[in-house]
Amino acid sequence: MNELVKKLVEAYGPSGFEDQMRDLIRPEIKDHADEVWTDALGNLIALKKGDGSGLKVMIAAHMDEIGVMVTHITEEGFLRFTNIGGVRPHTLHGGRVQFADGTIGVVASDRITDRSKIHSLEKHYIDVGATSREDCPVSVGDAAGFIRPFIAQGNQLIAKSLDDRIGCVVGIEALKQLSAIPHDVYFVFSVQEEVGTRGAETAANAISPDVGIALDVTGTGDTPEAYPMAVSMGKGAAIKVKDGGMIAHAGLVRLMKQRAEEEKIPYQLEVLVGGSTDARSIQIANSGAAAGCISIPTRHLHTPSEMVDKGDVEGCIKLLVAILSGPIEL
Amino acid sequence: MNELLKQLTEAVGVSGAENEVRLLLRDLIADHVDEWEVDTMGNLIALKKGTGDSDLRVLVDAHMDEVGLIITEVCSDGSLKFDPIGGFDDRVLLGKVVQVGPKKVMGVIGAKPVHLLNQSERDRVVKMDAMRIDIGAKKALGSKIKVGDRAAFVTEYEELGQTAVAKAFDNRAGCAALVELLRAEPYPFDLYAAFTVQEEVGLRGAQVAAYHVKPDIALVLECTPAYDLPNKEDVSPNVALGKGPAVYVMDSGTIQDPRLVAHITKTADSHNIPYQIRRPGGGGTNTAVIQRSHGGVPAATIAIPGRYAHTPCMMISLQDYANLVKLGQAALRSLTKEIVQRKN
Amino acid sequence: MNSFKLLQKLTEVPGPSGFEQPTATIIQELWQPHVDRITVDRLNSVIATKEGVGTEPRPRLLIAAHLDELGLMVMQIEEKHGFGYLRLTPLGGVDRRQVAGQMVEVHGRRPLMAVLGGLPTSMQSSERQNKPYDYEDLVADVGLPYEEVQELVSVGDSVTFRQPLRKLYGKRVTGKALDNRASVAAVTLCLEQLNGRSHTWDVIAVATSQEETRLLGAYTNAYTYQPDAALAIDVTFAKAPNVSGNKLFELGDGPVLDIGPNVHPGMYQALQDAAAAIEMKVHTGTHTRSSGTDAFGIQVARAGIPTGLIGIPLRNMHTMVEVVDMADVERSGRLMAEFIARLDEQFLDKLAKGMMEK
Repeated sequence: MNELVKKLVEAYGPSGFEDQMRDLIRPEIKDHADEVWTDALGNLIALKKGDGSGLKVMIAAHMDEIGVMVTHITEEGFLRFTNIGGVRPHTLHGGRVQFADGTIGVVASDRITDRSKIHSLEKHYIDVGATSREDCPVSVGDAAGFIRPFIAQGNQLIAKSLDDRIGCVVGIEALKQLSAIPHDVYFVFSVQEEVGTRGAETAANAISPDVGIALDVTGTGDTPEAYPMAVSMGKGAAIKVKDGGMIAHAGLVRLMKQRAEEEKIPYQLEVLVGGSTDARSIQIANSGAAAGCISIPTRHLHTPSEMVDKGDVEGCIKLLVAILSGPIEL
Repeated sequence: MNELLKQLTEAVGVSGAENEVRLLLRDLIADHVDEWEVDTMGNLIALKKGTGDSDLRVLVDAHMDEVGLIITEVCSDGSLKFDPIGGFDDRVLLGKVVQVGPKKVMGVIGAKPVHLLNQSERDRVVKMDAMRIDIGAKKALGSKIKVGDRAAFVTEYEELGQTAVAKAFDNRAGCAALVELLRAEPYPFDLYAAFTVQEEVGLRGAQVAAYHVKPDIALVLECTPAYDLPNKEDVSPNVALGKGPAVYVMDSGTIQDPRLVAHITKTADSHNIPYQIRRPGGGGTNTAVIQRSHGGVPAATIAIPGRYAHTPCMMISLQDYANLVKLGQAALRSLTKEIVQRKN
Repeated sequence: MNSFKLLQKLTEVPGPSGFEQPTATIIQELWQPHVDRITVDRLNSVIATKEGVGTEPRPRLLIAAHLDELGLMVMQIEEKHGFGYLRLTPLGGVDRRQVAGQMVEVHGRRPLMAVLGGLPTSMQSSERQNKPYDYEDLVADVGLPYEEVQELVSVGDSVTFRQPLRKLYGKRVTGKALDNRASVAAVTLCLEQLNGRSHTWDVIAVATSQEETRLLGAYTNAYTYQPDAALAIDVTFAKAPNVSGNKLFELGDGPVLDIGPNVHPGMYQALQDAAAAIEMKVHTGTHTRSSGTDAFGIQVARAGIPTGLIGIPLRNMHTMVEVVDMADVERSGRLMAEFIARLDEQFLDKLAKGMMEK
């Protein structure tokens, strides 16, 4: 599994520019699904048909990562930028970004006169080593993702964009493990989640599922001075009850708990105060769906060094397989 | 004098009460389209059938509403309390003339004379809830003005050399451009033109128009704020008058489809039409809700730069306007299915 | 059932956003005798159809009154000196200033009573001392040992406020969840009255779920039932001691009809006409962008739905001492019944014509 995670997390794919992610994921899934297609916005969708006795289920894991977009090139060839998704200024200084063509830049900021304050995004810039606007290889409107090498250490995986490439891995591995199932399951590797769960919205509009389950990261309450949260890294797959955008379907949460207990999968119940997932868009699409989320507890979210526990990831895969393999009664 | 721009900017149509501008647009396009209809929200949606060479369904959207005010109370002394419809800076309202309600009653937003202000009052911004519209009446006038009536600025369209001044270039300039696109020869594909309502209060009209039309590709024509005034601070230059129509790559609600953006810029280059890349980020357009309708629609946005947006007097470059129309035409006529096909 | 008993039944049953089932059950019981079909959907909205007498296919009016109330959810269970304490997060826009000191019901394995206790001032950091309590400084205290709490309560359990409905002076009442059970009561009265009146259109009454969080039931049911027109009914702001400003309405002086971008002007006018027909005093409210009600979601379902909005004036919105005048509830019910009885086959054409007049 580590190779798959490494391949996906290190790849380029800020919201709106997920072509390279599709190139990596499609070969992983095409032999395990009945149909695979890409929709108008770029969502990669794989359908695994059921035996007709079940429901229509949509699984969503987003391929896009947070990133930056160039807004202006100075005369000396430095790049000013804006955020794509939730990029926080205090994670930027000294970091590196990569553009679609592989060009790498260093992120720095205007002179810091007050060390107790963090410069806003507008006062940061990217340095690609150009000497002038004319010889700069990058243009206004170009998008970049952050770069950092993937590390597996003990039970932990550390990388950028575990949000939500680790969710994609859970989806891919679960799909590979499914055999005959009752439900028609649409695995949607979605686009543009970080800028407002937009890919999931259009995919759900087209699919109109009865049930929607997102596979995404969630925070933890186990780091120093963390906001109270009953989720810890390493304590199991998290079953989301509520987040900033959605209250999960109570019956679906009950079912997830039941399956986890039956399969002896360690789990935790998650209430996340800020943030949301693709599930919120699936819940409200068309006539509405019973929506929920299997979350991978993740430390240091939206930084270049997110961290998850392998056991939690494996638990999420097992839980998803168990849910999709049995009846879904809400 | 550009009669089209004059007529459209002088018409009144504050979000949710676009009747006058809707009727005007209907009259302007009726002879140039095959069908038109008005939906329950008030969107004017017209179909200009294509030559049959392409089976694409293309939607071009231009919102017809403008920012303005809504009357919240008719006071016993005859003055009117109001709230903003759309985003406003409180500072642009004082000392302005407005027209209220379907009968266009004239009113002024007055201010306490400076002579009578103390020092702290001179420095304080007067908030909207302390302002009143004075229509010169001595007491509440009953049926002439009702709570819920809208008020719009009163500005006459004028041309000053290369530029024009009027209210509501956002987005009557976009509407005018769309009218001109409809007055041209039929396109290879069926063109659905949507003059939509309530963009300024949450992209509302475009949402239902897009649902109804179900296009394969969409283009939104807008007016985007120009940031080209002299400024001491070194701020990244944004959109400027005279540099051509602004092509969007990303705004607060949309990441425009990169393939359509590339098509538009290539078309501009090959037709020698000047254009600028609108600074990514910030601002919202109807493109956001159109892109997310049904199973998703590849969509892009082209806008004319406008100074002093959401104030009584906006300014555009007439050259930019002409180039917007040219670019819109050229980009549409060379639109093909292949452009939005996916290879992976 | 008299109005007080009706409101009592509706406000005292728990049904916070996302966990509306007990309320849905009560509403089903109340509406069943007056409608032709009734169901509760997967997302806890109650949908009841009352058929009209017009020739098929009959136009449909959807009436939306949200059934969810504000509540809380258990976020974490903490232990101190052997006792178990619950940390909470709000469901919907609970007024945080009035939370400390309320009595609540925790819906765990069995219902548990609890006090919402705030940290005593001396235990708070100085910046937090003179501010309304943050949820980080509040606990739900069930008064039980930690092990027992762990057995009985789970992260994710819902919590509702406990507040019986009480009579105040005249026809005024106070309680929790009058937002929006007062409107549900009005719809109930409307459905009762329609038994004795003939109406052309079909009426689809929907008690919508999760309005307080995301207008969920409004969006999904407007999409599903595709009505030709719709009415939303919710509470609006009433004048109160120490609460001044325009856009506030007198308690007991009649319902409020909203006008603004979220409302079809023809629907507003038709409600005005209905009120005039029964000599009912109504007032006009405005909004600038969103009415903050189900109307916002319904208006843009599919290709758009002409929507109107009725508001019942209410004091102290989103607290546990909301106040309404039952006369306004009764009037809203009568107004809706009159509006529905007047709907004919030409109504939609009238609405369309209005769009094309200056």
